[in-house]
Amino acid sequence: MKDQLIKDRFKTEEYFVNMGPQHPATHGVLRLILTIDGEIIKNIEPDLGYIHRSIEKMCERDSYQQIVHLTDRMDYLSSHINNEAVCLTVEKALEIEVPERVKVIRTIIAELTRIASHTLWWGVMGMDVGALTTYFLAFRDREMINDIFEETCGARLTMNYNIPGGLMFDIHPNFVKRVKEFIVLFRKNLPEYDSLLTNNVIFQKRTKGVGFLSYEDAISYGVSGPVARGSGYSSDVRKIHPYSAYDKVNFEEILFTEGDTLSRYKVRIAEMWESMKIIEQLIDHIPEGDIKVATNAVIKLPKGEFYQKVETARGELGVYINSTGTKNPYRVKFRSPGLSNLNALKQMAVGAKIGDLVATMASLDIVVPDIDR
Amino acid sequence: MNNEELKNTIATINSNLEFTEEASEFLNVLVSKEDLHSLCAQLKADENLAFDYLFCMTGIDYGKELGVIYHLESVKHRHQMVVKVKTNDRENPVFDSVTDIWKTAEFNEMEIFDFFGVKFTNHPNLKRLFLTPEWNGFPLRKDYVDEENMVIK
Repeated sequence: MKDQLIKDRFKTEEYFVNMGPQHPATHGVLRLILTIDGEIIKNIEPDLGYIHRSIEKMCERDSYQQIVHLTDRMDYLSSHINNEAVCLTVEKALEIEVPERVKVIRTIIAELTRIASHTLWWGVMGMDVGALTTYFLAFRDREMINDIFEETCGARLTMNYNIPGGLMFDIHPNFVKRVKEFIVLFRKNLPEYDSLLTNNVIFQKRTKGVGFLSYEDAISYGVSGPVARGSGYSSDVRKIHPYSAYDKVNFEEILFTEGDTLSRYKVRIAEMWESMKIIEQLIDHIPEGDIKVATNAVIKLPKGEFYQKVETARGELGVYINSTGTKNPYRVKFRSPGLSNLNALKQMAVGAKIGDLVATMASLDIVVPDIDR
Repeated sequence: MNNEELKNTIATINSNLEFTEEASEFLNVLVSKEDLHSLCAQLKADENLAFDYLFCMTGIDYGKELGVIYHLESVKHRHQMVVKVKTNDRENPVFDSVTDIWKTAEFNEMEIFDFFGVKFTNHPNLKRLFLTPEWNGFPLRKDYVDEENMVIK
């Protein structure tokens, strides 16, 4: 009787709220159309395309060397790995075996990229749930990696270091020394992340049990990367379909089975430790040799379809190239990890409170240009 | 299962399938659009096949025909294959949606509708994903012309 009275007096109705495209927690120009009832989310509809540049259409016009440079602008935090994906596809089609030196250098830089991406994510994750300090600590560590990249290939973010057949130029003489210095320092700094944020009671309460995604849904939604592994779904391309030098190194695939925001968070922290392990195994054993295999100035792929998947910091990136035997691809498709991960947001956040949505979104680690392409 | 074993197993499900011999590392199966949904459901339900992960879905314009390509993988067995479907109807291309089988198809089908104009029946919310609703034409079709925004070399 009393409950009914309260219900009648405080009648609520559903209404729409726009989250983004200018919103600090949407990490770029993503707009979410929320249907809410009070504070409860009833429906989420992402509105995409604010940064769509038709990269796939541009690829049909460009040569294979040019395509590599476009991929920097998709997931700009994994730019090296994106480049690598296209190069691996072209090399697969041309049946080129790149030198061991190239494979090892690519792997080291890919793992440095992963650490850089995860540190940035950790910074903004903290900020999204209200801890400003994380941002500055994260950028302190990330800066060192960017400096290494700058010295090696002249760019800090959009690296353009890979070309079909190998690397654009050799590593800088300081590279090995500086990477080792970074690892020593980061091994000391990374535990700070845990003591500052992971073990913080407020942070735990904001993330534990929030944004649940079950194992079955994770597969059905095709999520990948840390989002999948937070639900216990083993999806690491580096383990399942090894490429470059990943079959030669020892590392664990991190799996947490809780499926909530905290477990996705823990996956990324643990992955940074694993990345350091991979780098340490390789850094003293970079083989001597060439840094590229000569390809024709005009690369023509044989007729057929070629597919290569790699593990970026966000998950599985796939490159599909359909070639008719000319110097331009007939069709290129980038299977972006972000699009599938965002698709699962509805599953995670509907029924929860609006405040939790921000934490859940942060744990997806969305990069909008990667979704929009 | 390797490609040969996959081929033999899948041939027992549906006898009208065409196994195309294209240069590809995967087994390619061409299915008619009437059989698409039932084949996909069986590929996922069959315990020996268990294709539960749709890892890439893309549209393609073959010139005369429009097609959709499904890249499938089994999480349990880790084998992969490709299902293709084509239609000659460029005015009103329609396929069955597979969102009830793989939820990840939802955004992918919206993307294909956006870029190729392929419609999917039973899709929960089919509309343009990236472009504005009033956009004219479907940009990834080969006959698309946009003199303002396209640079043609």
